[in-house]
Amino acid sequence: MKVKYFAWVRERVGKAEETIEPPATVRTVEDLIAWLSGQSEAYAYAFEKPKVIRAAIDHAHVKSDAAIAGAREIAFFPPMTGG
Amino acid sequence: MPVTTCPVTIRIQQDDFDIAREIAVLTGNRTDIGAVVSFSGICRGDEDSAKIAALSLEHYPGMAEEEIRRHADEATSRWPLNGVTVIHRVGRFMPGQNIVLVLTASQHRQVAFQAAEFLMDYLKTNAPFWKKEESATGTGWVEAQARDDEAAARWARR
Repeated sequence: MKVKYFAWVRERVGKAEETIEPPATVRTVEDLIAWLSGQSEAYAYAFEKPKVIRAAIDHAHVKSDAAIAGAREIAFFPPMTGG
Repeated sequence: MPVTTCPVTIRIQQDDFDIAREIAVLTGNRTDIGAVVSFSGICRGDEDSAKIAALSLEHYPGMAEEEIRRHADEATSRWPLNGVTVIHRVGRFMPGQNIVLVLTASQHRQVAFQAAEFLMDYLKTNAPFWKKEESATGTGWVEAQARDDEAAARWARR
């Protein structure tokens, strides 16, 4: 699946997007954040406060317990500040 | 033209917008519209007494349009609107420059006022845009405000 990062999450991770293949035990958005955080210090820094992080699956906002099965694109970003 | 016609225009662009022109496009040759409310968001020159040199706006292409569309659709289902236009700019802005435009058209003003406020409140908290401020002391991402969440929460359907 494709993962995208925005704003300071993107800056901390060090890339705007990537394709990942998490193990089958990674079932939810929350699981994915924990799994990514274990991959490197950059991810751990980006996700150091997981409750602050917002997520979207296929362009729709989701909660942290949302299942990621079948997702084409998952995005992680800080609370929005447009308008 | 039937009264129920409600064209929805959503654009994300770097270029500036012309409010008068957008209103003219929205109202066109129609005679069923009695009220147009226009909201423009403008780059401020200071934040909590700190001077802002510039503001950069980043967005999530694809999702930003879809999210605004979802809110525009909700607005048209909640209020008898005759037209909605939302234009959000992205890029780097100087104080005084336009950032966002929301137009709502209806037969009567109350509906147009409410729908414009609803759209802006949701746009601020749910549309994937992020602002970064540049000031004399450096650059930093703008933090989301609790008051914006509260403003959006009052529109939640009970």
